[in-house]
Amino acid sequence: MSETPAIELRGISKSFGPVHANRNIDLVVKKGSIHGIVGENGAGKSTLMSILYGFYHADAGDILVNGKTVTIADSKAAIGMGIGMVHQHFMLVDNFTVLENVVLGAEDSAMLAGGLDRARVELKRLEEEYELRVDPDALVQDLPVGLQQRVEILKALYRSAEVLILDEPTGVLTPPEADHLFKILEVLKNEGKTILLITHKLREIMAATDSVSVMRRGEMVATRETKDTSMEELAELMVGRSVLLRVDKKPASPGAPVMEVENLCVTDQRGVQVVKDVSFSVRAGEIVGIAGVSGNGQSELLETLSGIRRATAGTLKINGETIDLGTSALDAADMRARSMGHVPEDRHRMGLINSFAEYENSILGYHHDPAYSSGLLMNTAAIKQNAVAEIEKYDIRPPNPMLKTANFSGGNQQKIVLAREIERDPDVLLVGQPTRGVDIGAIEFIHSRLVELRDAGKGILLVSVELDEIRALADRILVMFDGRIVGERGADADEGELGLLMAGVEDNTKLPVEGDAR
Amino acid sequence: MSAGQLPRWVDYGLIPFLNLAAAFLVSGLVVVLIGENPLDAVRILIWGSLGYGEGIGFTLFYATNFIFTGLAVAVAFHAGLFNIGGEGQAYVGGLGVTFACLALDHIVPWYVTLPFAIIGSALMGAAWAFIPAWLQATRGSHVVITTIMFNFIASSLMVYLLNSALKKPGSMQPETRTFEMGGRLPFLNDIFPSFGFGYAPVNLSLFVALVACVLVWLLIWRTKLGFEIRSFGANATAAVYAGISPVRTIVITMLISGGLAGMMAINEIMGSQHRLLIDFVAGYGFVGIAVALMGRAHPVGIVLAAILFGMLYQGGAELSFEMPNITRDMIIVIQGLVILFAGALEHMFRPAIAGLFMPSRAQAKEA
Repeated sequence: MSETPAIELRGISKSFGPVHANRNIDLVVKKGSIHGIVGENGAGKSTLMSILYGFYHADAGDILVNGKTVTIADSKAAIGMGIGMVHQHFMLVDNFTVLENVVLGAEDSAMLAGGLDRARVELKRLEEEYELRVDPDALVQDLPVGLQQRVEILKALYRSAEVLILDEPTGVLTPPEADHLFKILEVLKNEGKTILLITHKLREIMAATDSVSVMRRGEMVATRETKDTSMEELAELMVGRSVLLRVDKKPASPGAPVMEVENLCVTDQRGVQVVKDVSFSVRAGEIVGIAGVSGNGQSELLETLSGIRRATAGTLKINGETIDLGTSALDAADMRARSMGHVPEDRHRMGLINSFAEYENSILGYHHDPAYSSGLLMNTAAIKQNAVAEIEKYDIRPPNPMLKTANFSGGNQQKIVLAREIERDPDVLLVGQPTRGVDIGAIEFIHSRLVELRDAGKGILLVSVELDEIRALADRILVMFDGRIVGERGADADEGELGLLMAGVEDNTKLPVEGDAR
Repeated sequence: MSAGQLPRWVDYGLIPFLNLAAAFLVSGLVVVLIGENPLDAVRILIWGSLGYGEGIGFTLFYATNFIFTGLAVAVAFHAGLFNIGGEGQAYVGGLGVTFACLALDHIVPWYVTLPFAIIGSALMGAAWAFIPAWLQATRGSHVVITTIMFNFIASSLMVYLLNSALKKPGSMQPETRTFEMGGRLPFLNDIFPSFGFGYAPVNLSLFVALVACVLVWLLIWRTKLGFEIRSFGANATAAVYAGISPVRTIVITMLISGGLAGMMAINEIMGSQHRLLIDFVAGYGFVGIAVALMGRAHPVGIVLAAILFGMLYQGGAELSFEMPNITRDMIIVIQGLVILFAGALEHMFRPAIAGLFMPSRAQAKEA
C-alpha cells in the first residue's frame, strides 16, 4: 500500500475476566475514507472503539496513528492525536448554547469571554468549510436531535479531529435526517477527514461507506470494499450463518376489533399535549404498526393504553368493555386483568428489575395471579417452575432462573420480557421497540414469536422506530407525527412515502433538506 | 447497574468485616492520641460486653432495641425509603405500651398485657409514620425531611403529655406511675437463672424481637407485598409498569416501618423501666440506621449488627469506667466511626473487592 493509513490496529486483544471482548484484531483505515464497522451487539465494536478513544487499554497489540505507534492513555490523548468521537448518546449540556457546548472542556483560559469570541470565529469557518450550519447562540435543548448531533460533530472538528468515530449515529434520526448526515460525512471525507462509522444497520453501510469490516464474537472476521459486497453477505458474516432479512409470514386474516381507541388525548407532566385526538382500532389476528421518529407521542400512547399514564380524554374499547380513559383510574394491573399484555419500549427502565433474579422478573406484574401465589404468600416453587419452562421455550441463555437479569445480554433480557407477556396469552399485546439493542439471531426469534401470536388470533399493536421492522411485521401501518396519526398505509407502503409522513411532510410537498427547525 | 454478583460470603461477610476493621483502626488511633493503650481498650470493651453474664445481659438488652429500630429502617430501605424517624416513632410507640400497661397491669398477668402492648406500640409507631408517608406518597415531600421533623414534634408532644395528662399525681417527675406486675415483662435472669444475667434488664422482648426478624424475612422475601415493596424500591418505574401502586406501597411500607420502630418501646418501657419517662429512646432510633446499613437490610445481618452495637454500648460504658480518660463522648466517637465506615463509606472497599473477585464483568457486558 502506498499511502500511510490514518489508523492501523495490529493484534489488539482485550479481555474482561474470562470474556474476550476483542481477540487479535487487525484493522486498517485508509486516510480520507469512510470505513464502516458492523457486528451484532456484544461483537466487540464498542470495546474496540473505546480502546482507540482511550477509554480502555488493550491487553496486547499496537495502535498506529499516521504510521506511528502510539499509546493512547485517555480520551484527552486521543483528541490530541486528532481522534474525535460522536457518541450514541450525546454528551451535551442541554441548557448551554451551541457555542458554549463546543468550547466546553477546551476553554483557553479561566475567563470565558475571549475564548468564546475566538470559538465563534472558528465555528463560522467550520460551518462554511463543511456546510455544518447551526446557530451558535441557540440553546441545545431547543434543537432537534439531528442538529444536536451536528453540534457533536462540530465539537470534534473544533478540537481539530482528523479521524471521526461515529457510534450508531442514526439511531435517533429520521430517514431524511440520516440522509443529511451521510451527506455531511461525504463532505468531511472530501475535505480529507477519515470517518469510522459503527452501526448495525446494513443499509447505511451499503449507502455511505467505502469499505467495511465485520466483527463477530470479538474477532474481525472480514474486511470488504463496500462496492464488492452485499447486504446478504454482510449479514451472513455477522451471524456466521445466513439469515432472512424478511419475516416469513402468511397474509393476515383479521377478525373483529379487539381494541378500539377513540379521540385519545394525553398531556405530559410538562403540560404539553403529546397525544392529540388519536383514534384507531386493532383487530384480532393482525399486527398494527405505529411508525414514527421517537418522541412523537408513541411512547405516551403505549403508556396510556397500558395503564401507566393518565389520559386527559378518550375512550378505549377492549373485549367489549368501554373505558373512559379521561376519568378512569385503571392502572397497569387493571389493564392486565383485561387481558392486555405490554412489552415496554425500555426494558431496563420499565420491563425488568435488573437487580432481581430472572425468575422474579418472569412474573413481574403477574404476581397476584393465583398460579404463582396463595393468600399473602408467593408460590416460589411454581414461579421457578414457570421460569424454567419459559427459559426452555424461548431459549433464554444462560438457562439459570436464579441469575440477576442484569447479567443477561440484551437479546436474552428481551426474551425474558416477551416470554412473560406472551405466555399469559393476552388478547391484545402492546409491543414497544421489541428488538432495540437486540442481535440478529434474537430479532428473528422475536419476530416469529409475534407473528405466531398474531396467527393465534390475537391483536398486536407494534410501536417501533425501525421502519424496516414495521414494514416486515405490520399488516397495517399508522404513522405518528407530533402526537397525531398522520397517515395509514398498507404493509406494502413505499418506504420513501412513509419517510415523508414520519418527517411530518404532507404528501406532494418537497422535503426541506436543510432540516433546520429554528 | 449491578456489577455482577459477588459471592455471598464476600458481600455479607468480608466487606462488613473490612468496614468494621477500618472503623476500629481509626478509633484505635484516637485512643492513642488521648494517651491510652488501644489494645487494652479493646480488651476492656470486649470483656465488659461479653466477658461475664451481666455484661452479656446488658449487651443483649441494648441489642433488642437495635433489632427493632434496625428492622424498621431495613423494611423502608427495601422500598427505597429512608425512614430516619425511628427515634420519634419509637418514642410515640411508648404511648401504646403505656396505655396497655396502665389499663391492664392491675387486673391481668403480663402475658395478657403483652399482646395489647405489642399492638399498641406498633399502632402508635405506625400512626407517627403515617403523615410523613402520606405526604411522600401524594405530595412528594421527602420522608427524610418530614420524618426528622416528626422526631422533634414527637419529643415536644411527649414532654407535654408527661407533664400533664400522664404525670403521676403528686409527683414532680415527668413520668407515669410505675406499672404493677401485670405491666412488667419477666427478666431473663428470672427465667434462666443459670446464665447469671444478674441485674441486666434483658427481658422477654428479646424473643419478640427475634420473632419480628423472622416475620420481616417472610414479609420481604416470601409475600406478594414484600415483592411489591422490593420491586418499588429497586425500580419504581418498573413497579408502576407492573401495576404496583406507589401510593399504597409507600404508605404500607412506612406503616410497617413505623410499627417496628414503635415496638422498641416494649423492651424499654414494659421490659426495663416499667414506666413511661422522658427521652427513653436515647438515640436508639438513630443507631437503627447504622444497624440496618451494616446488616445489609437483612434480618440475620441486623441481629449481628445489633449485637455489635449492643457490645459497643455496654463495653463502652465499662471502658469509660476503667479508663477515665475515655469518656462517654469518646464512645460516641467510636460509634460514629463505625456508622461512618459501615454506612456512609459502605462502598469504599467495594470496588477494590469487586475487582478482586469479579474482574470487570460489568465492562465486558458493554462491549
